Amino acid sequence: MSRRARLALFAAAAAALAVTLGVGLAGLPSFGSQLTSYARMLNDLAPRQRHVTDVVSAITFDYRGIDTLFEEFILLAAVAGISVLLRPFSDEARELPEDKAPDRRIPPPSPAVWLLAVVLSSLLVLVGLETVTHGVLTPGGGFQAGVILASALYVVYLGTNYRTVERYQPDALLEASDGVGAFGYVFIGLLGLLAGGVFLSNVVGLGVTGNLIAGGTIPLLNLTVGLEVAGGFAILASEFLDQTAVISTRSRRR
Amino acid sequence: MSEALIAVALVWVAASGTAVVLTRDPLHQAFVAGFFGLALAFLYLSMQAGDVALSQIVVGAIALPLIVLLSLAKVRKDRE
Repeated sequence: MSRRARLALFAAAAAALAVTLGVGLAGLPSFGSQLTSYARMLNDLAPRQRHVTDVVSAITFDYRGIDTLFEEFILLAAVAGISVLLRPFSDEARELPEDKAPDRRIPPPSPAVWLLAVVLSSLLVLVGLETVTHGVLTPGGGFQAGVILASALYVVYLGTNYRTVERYQPDALLEASDGVGAFGYVFIGLLGLLAGGVFLSNVVGLGVTGNLIAGGTIPLLNLTVGLEVAGGFAILASEFLDQTAVISTRSRRR
Repeated sequence: MSEALIAVALVWVAASGTAVVLTRDPLHQAFVAGFFGLALAFLYLSMQAGDVALSQIVVGAIALPLIVLLSLAKVRKDRE
């Protein structure tokens, strides 16, 4: 394609985008305007109907729970796709970094880094558990908690080395957590059908507003999403780490 | 008070977003993008969107820099 044709194509596409974007932006409520009637209705209804204080949780895991189900499976598909793409190919070999200098051991990280990793990884696990359990009360929930929990594993790698992480990282458990979390969401949705309602209807006892366990299926769905995201992001990190640390091309192309 | 906070947040987002574009080295860009993510999280927080701010922090500060850094390390290793 010649330069002129490419420029013409870009100009047409950019003009179409500008018009669509302009029309869309013109229809937005003005900056600092009051809440829409839908937002006011949910703020009013959610605490009474679902016994939760974080209305966003009630929307993502109950009123629009089906959207979150699809998002969860998008993440599952992405993690599965990355695992397939990043497997060692036939012209690649797994070799530990030590192989290049067999007489020399990898220098351990400095004591300061090690201490930081010990403190930070335990804190991250604590904050992750706090975020997943308080989803119905305060901002946060399964997705954020899952990433925080998975990041505890990265910090262990920072404070030790690849071999330690590979030896103690529970690969099977992470994959199971990813799958069980994704299926658990569907299972809780099916509970609604079994109880005679519709898919994902809130059939568990709602509890008292403001308690840690309240909101019926909302904390349970938070938990399944947390399991799935924690497993998924840990697998993601370990696949990328494998590529960087041990997988290399056998026949040097360059 | 909250309007001043939002103004600070918007300026911070504009400045750090421009900085991401102007940084040409991918390694440096990963760090600058982390600060841009922090600015976005602050903007969401100043507009009282706590859930979105938390999601922005975990994606912008943990997931994105990690994947960018590991990919850069892989590319560099293959060039050796």
